[in-house]
Amino acid sequence: MGAAALAEPIPLRATAAQTRIRRLLSLLATHAVLMAGAVFMLLPFVWMLMTSLKSPGEIFSADFTLWPRRFSAVENYDRALTTAPLLRFALNGFIICFGILVVQLLVAIPAAYALAKLKFPGRNPLFVLVLLGLCIPVQVPALPLYIALASLGLLNTYFAIMFPFFLSVFAIFLFRQFFKSFPDDIINAARLDGMSEFEIVWRIVVPSAWPAIAAFSVFSAVAHWNDLYWPLIVVSDTRLAPPPLGMMFFADAETGSNYGALTAAATVLTAPLVIAFLVARRRFIEGITMTGVK
Amino acid sequence: MAAELSRPRRSRQHWIERLTGTGFALPAFALLIMVNLLPLIAVLYLSLTDYEFGALEAKFVGLANLNKALSDPIIRRSLSNTLLYVAIVLPGSVLLALAVAVLVHGRRRTRGFYEVAYFLPVTSTLIAMATVWQFLLHPRLGPVNAALRWFGLAEVPFLSDPAWALPTLAVIGIWQLLGFNMVLFLAGLSAIPKDLYEAAEIDGVATGIDRFLTITWPLLGPTTMFVIVTTSITAFKVFDTVAVMTRGGPMGSSEVLLYNIYLEGFQYFHTGYAAALTVIFLFFILAFSVAQTFALERRVHY
Repeated sequence: MGAAALAEPIPLRATAAQTRIRRLLSLLATHAVLMAGAVFMLLPFVWMLMTSLKSPGEIFSADFTLWPRRFSAVENYDRALTTAPLLRFALNGFIICFGILVVQLLVAIPAAYALAKLKFPGRNPLFVLVLLGLCIPVQVPALPLYIALASLGLLNTYFAIMFPFFLSVFAIFLFRQFFKSFPDDIINAARLDGMSEFEIVWRIVVPSAWPAIAAFSVFSAVAHWNDLYWPLIVVSDTRLAPPPLGMMFFADAETGSNYGALTAAATVLTAPLVIAFLVARRRFIEGITMTGVK
Repeated sequence: MAAELSRPRRSRQHWIERLTGTGFALPAFALLIMVNLLPLIAVLYLSLTDYEFGALEAKFVGLANLNKALSDPIIRRSLSNTLLYVAIVLPGSVLLALAVAVLVHGRRRTRGFYEVAYFLPVTSTLIAMATVWQFLLHPRLGPVNAALRWFGLAEVPFLSDPAWALPTLAVIGIWQLLGFNMVLFLAGLSAIPKDLYEAAEIDGVATGIDRFLTITWPLLGPTTMFVIVTTSITAFKVFDTVAVMTRGGPMGSSEVLLYNIYLEGFQYFHTGYAAALTVIFLFFILAFSVAQTFALERRVHY
């Protein structure tokens, strides 16, 4: 009896140790799997950065090293910046993203408020059109829009690049959801205080919807900084090219031989968004995946 | 008394609402009609004509364009390429993202690092990264083939072999989409109440796999449906990597529908024919979107 009581704690302690070992092993396995995946995800970025620092001789040599033996960063970046107006492409990216976003917000916010809170003729047809618009990517209206812009002599303008995106049905849809939950009592109180609907939208409702607006802004900027299809169609003038199109022009001009300069260019054009992402990680993840979560 | 007083106010409010509502919605309405509705009707009409951009007149040809497209071996191949691309990217990016999300969800201190690592490709400019991938996969200069040689394996001409080109692009597609899907799954996972797992432990559901099968997987159902549909749509719209890395080659093995629409419509200016291809493209996108509304509906009712 006494012996049994003495013996009992020992196997118990053994299982505790066992579970601890098992837990440790599964933790190790988890990190091993996740790290392997992370290496696959990050390898292109690391390789891009490292290649942009290497000398051509080293890039073309048969033995592979990640860390450059001789740094040629200055030559590579200088070459990239002088053969193609990379900073101009980045500036175009900023202009286009900013222009699109401002108009999108100015158009979508009042419309979303009207859909959420006001009764007016044409409300239902508008909402049906918004829902229909959600299903139609820009590639569908591209042909007629191109013909229209060409016949107006507007190809190769910032306006042509931005025009199809001035209206974001997604923004209307998202903001409408957000505004709907805004309390009617506050709006009615503001009305009794003599505020116009215009003031109510911009001074009361919009500040409360700030998270949705910030998230949408990130989503919009990322989408249009990276868009290739539409700019490729309406822009042939290098000076107007947004980053992806500029990268394409540059890669064509280099005909794939000077990888040092190519990766330097890729680094310059990827950097703004990647840095913004690292700085505002939460906002980015919210903004880009909002399409899925809402 | 109160009702008496408020009636004129209410009808005045009614008129203000009608006026401001119309005014607020008008810019959006006008743009929707200009950018979406009219072009949509125009595409449908153009697909029934033999219009070529720049031509002075066009003939009505009915469904001839559509028939031609559906029997054109190039378009058939391109359509089957597109669907094959979807068939690789869809399971690849959804299942891997689910696995990564389940593993990342339990991490506390390292969660931020993994989120950044997996999400980075989503924010990066795909065209710039495509150039980098081209270099990574280069037969002589790229590290991937160097690694294969080091392991004593044969070199793989990833982008210049017709059998390899499309699957390679699909792997890059998975690389780009994985982080996006992971974050959607993470959102779904954090919505699962913790006490369900505790209850399951009491009920004797002990191992991780059992827990996953009895709780996580069924409760993630709606999220999974949604991820599947959005991934299908994104994958079906593949264009960037094709345009930059392979231009549909070698020998048309990586031509996809959107690339053909681009070539026909904006390089060869066969506008009518490209419009018919766009109608086919729209048909698939709408089919996916119908599935999406269905998925969303289920999400709401869950």
